Amino acid sequence: MAQRNNKYDRQLRIWGEHGQTALETARVCVLNCGPTGSEALKNLVLGGIGSFTIVDASKVSAADLGNNYLVDWESLGQSKAKSVCALLQELNESVGAKFVEESPEALLESNPAFFAQFTLVIATQMTEAPLLKLEEICRQQKVMLVIARSYGLAGLVRISVTEHDIIESKPDNKVEDLRLHKPWPELQSYVDEFDIDTQDHNIHKHIPFAILLIKIAEDWKKSHDGKLPANVRLFKEAITARRRVEEDEDNYNEALKSAYIVLFPPSISSQLRAVLEDKASDVDASSSDFWIMVSALKQFMANEGQGEPPLDGAIPDMHSFTDYYIKLQKIYQARAEADVTAVEGHVARILKQIGRESSPIPRSTIKLFCKNARNLRVLRCKMLSDEFSSRSGPELQRLLAVEESSHPALYVLLRAVDHFAATYNRFPGVFDGEMEEDVSRLKSLAVGLLNDMGGGGASLPEDVVSEICRFGAGEIHCVASIVGGIASQECIKLLTRQFTPIQGTFIYNAMSATSLVLNV
Amino acid sequence: MAASLAPTRWADLDRLLLRPGNLVGPGFEPGPELLESLQNDLRVLVIGAGGLGCELLKDLALSGFGHIDVIDMDTIDVSNLNRQFLFRMQDVGKPKAEVAAERVMQRVKGVTVVPHFCRIEEKDVSFYQDFHIIVLGLDSLEARSYINSVVCGFLEYEEDGSPDQSTIKPLVDGGTEGFKGHARVIFPGITPCFHCSLWLFPPQITFPLCTLAETPRSPAHCIEYAHLIQWGQDRQGESFDADNPEHMKWIYDQAVKRGEQFNISGITYSLTQGVVKNIVPAIASTNAIVAATCALETLKIATMCSTGMEVYMQYTGTEGIYMRTVPHDKDPNCIMCSPGVPVEVDTTCTLQKFIDQLLKDSRFKLKLSKPSVSYHGDNLYMQAPPVLEEMTRPNLELSLLTLMDGKTSGVLNINDRRLTGVLRVRVTFKEGLDSVDMDTAGGG
Ligand SMILES: [Zn+2]
Repeated sequence: MAQRNNKYDRQLRIWGEHGQTALETARVCVLNCGPTGSEALKNLVLGGIGSFTIVDASKVSAADLGNNYLVDWESLGQSKAKSVCALLQELNESVGAKFVEESPEALLESNPAFFAQFTLVIATQMTEAPLLKLEEICRQQKVMLVIARSYGLAGLVRISVTEHDIIESKPDNKVEDLRLHKPWPELQSYVDEFDIDTQDHNIHKHIPFAILLIKIAEDWKKSHDGKLPANVRLFKEAITARRRVEEDEDNYNEALKSAYIVLFPPSISSQLRAVLEDKASDVDASSSDFWIMVSALKQFMANEGQGEPPLDGAIPDMHSFTDYYIKLQKIYQARAEADVTAVEGHVARILKQIGRESSPIPRSTIKLFCKNARNLRVLRCKMLSDEFSSRSGPELQRLLAVEESSHPALYVLLRAVDHFAATYNRFPGVFDGEMEEDVSRLKSLAVGLLNDMGGGGASLPEDVVSEICRFGAGEIHCVASIVGGIASQECIKLLTRQFTPIQGTFIYNAMSATSLVLNV
Repeated sequence: MAASLAPTRWADLDRLLLRPGNLVGPGFEPGPELLESLQNDLRVLVIGAGGLGCELLKDLALSGFGHIDVIDMDTIDVSNLNRQFLFRMQDVGKPKAEVAAERVMQRVKGVTVVPHFCRIEEKDVSFYQDFHIIVLGLDSLEARSYINSVVCGFLEYEEDGSPDQSTIKPLVDGGTEGFKGHARVIFPGITPCFHCSLWLFPPQITFPLCTLAETPRSPAHCIEYAHLIQWGQDRQGESFDADNPEHMKWIYDQAVKRGEQFNISGITYSLTQGVVKNIVPAIASTNAIVAATCALETLKIATMCSTGMEVYMQYTGTEGIYMRTVPHDKDPNCIMCSPGVPVEVDTTCTLQKFIDQLLKDSRFKLKLSKPSVSYHGDNLYMQAPPVLEEMTRPNLELSLLTLMDGKTSGVLNINDRRLTGVLRVRVTFKEGLDSVDMDTAGGG
């Protein structure tokens, strides 16, 4: 156990013990183990997923030795799935390793039930037709699907899940929820204990900035008909007037820096608004714990919260005496606990209404939910079949005209190469002798595709079309490592239910080292 | 046609190296010579055999590079195993560079990886001169700055102020932290060097000592008190070693006691390690993405087989995934990579006075102690060896303007034992500067 914690120390600091447990119980299936599939799996095996199964019918060829690190020379001519499986196992003995020497396409036809055993399937280097079939099976069996494709110096990653709820989205810019604009009674009575004009300079410069801001705002309101300052500048002037410059007061510096949060307290984000308005929050006996808690959250906000979600209870460091700060911290924590209790009450009532009293939701789960209430997210992915039949031509046409980068063109072309393969039984540019013909064949297929989507008349940059033919469906190791790396990163987000996965089709351009997420 | 169908080992890479393209680098000439030169002639140095380094070695070997050197002073730790995939549990304690080199050579036949188990400063500057491209997989700003000054030191400028192409040593640099990272390409003299864009690296958070000593408020404050203050008081004469478990346990115990005293909870052993060692969270996927981006750019520099990325690639994986390049500009007065840092000198100034002026200049603070000065390859004044010092000493009393052939401006090369490379100073002569100086000196 100690060794496990040491081994995973650097990632436990990101997704915590519960995130790691989620990984360790995950069963992952990878379809095709070229460099893209192998690299995606490598990162997951290092991170410590529960088990993996590789599905691939091919044998190790000379070309594999030039672009895949997870095959060795001794395996030349033998099963690629077997070789990759064995070399991955070496990376982490605690991960279960299996392989099936069969083509994914054949397995989809012969044994669709095979996929039900997995938490998540990563489909690499697969074309449109089998992907449609795979998606149908995965959705039916509630298995998460991540699609990854490396194609020369281009790549694509796409997630397909019916619904993915995220409590710990951990956004980069966390908003401080301090309620300085409307202190609750316990906080107010602590604030009242302070005389911020005290002549004791040492006390004056050790009053936490939260107290200063509440006091100064209060004084302003008294002399301005109960209104807050009209803008931050005026408020900052009022703060500056109370500081003692000669004392070099850090608490006042902090107050000035945070002055805006009194006038502009955190609002309800559009993502949270969407969660609250989601139909799934009208719960019944079949609802998940997540939606029951959302429903309870709505009731909390309509009642005890007075429009606000529960307080998360965390406060930033503030320049102050230890005991001032610790007391303030305890007041915030107590309020957060009280909010959890209120939400817990709503949860219990809802469970009773829907006849689920027998399986309550643990307080620890409700607490985590409340702590992250402002950052809840729900991800619903469009079906591939809808994407492929959508009338997104006009939108693509607009993007093709606007986007200086070639991402929209790459998106169209990556789909066109599959149509090419379906028509000619091979990818464009695989034969040196037919490059020119392939360029015009690919171009007319791509234009036809755009037409079918309602984007007639859009033009594709010639340079990009001919580059796609130049790539000849080659799988370049570095590109595979990037695309596989991104796929594995998205798998970790999906499995741990932390952070926000890609919402749309991720297009990677290795020529310029840039990416774009398309919603078509 | 059969020939093009035969699966050769480098078939996928050959699509890029044998075929002409439209979106390629300047002067791209496809042909079998490209792969041959990657395999036989080009020498690449990878600095760091950690999270990025392991990935870089794999990526470069599978991009056709045949001769790679790797330098790292560290040994393998258990906490490396969640991402540094070339290492196994039984390798713990062994030098990273040596194990990494051996593993890659074992797996990728034909590649030679030469390990160097030492600090980067231990190598002679000429060691770095031998490589065509240097790729950095480092986690410290200091090490990056050091290598930057080495390659900027190789840079020479033509008479017209344009960089001498043959002296440009490309640097490719990657960095990661959790779900975020960056990759960038530096052509000294052409694109911004490290020093031009130090602002890209946020300053490290440190706590004021008075907070630690008098008003601790967080677990980190208690830990840093034990680490920075209490250790020196209670264990005088013992130097603290973050890798010694007994030392770490002591810090943890003291921090917990201090926490109890101040009513601060939440101090854990893991947090103690994190604060004391300044641990940066790290995962396999981000390292793989950033390293492969660096290796691909290295391949592009070596072969021109595709367009290069623009200066600096930023990667964010927390909310969706973003990879975007950010163009930014060179600092025209950069002390590392510019054709010369501008310095105004009075027309009557002697070489001795000029040296004194340099030592007082805040831009060169801590960078100069005993500067030697040369002009167009002539030594104007040399601090060492004694023979040269004696020979050049008479110049100190001569006017700098005369020493620089009476030209109104010119570039001087300054060497100093504190500098890794050379400092180029662009001198412009002005009349009456001295008296202005005297006035301000008098007034202050
Ligand atoms: Zn510079």
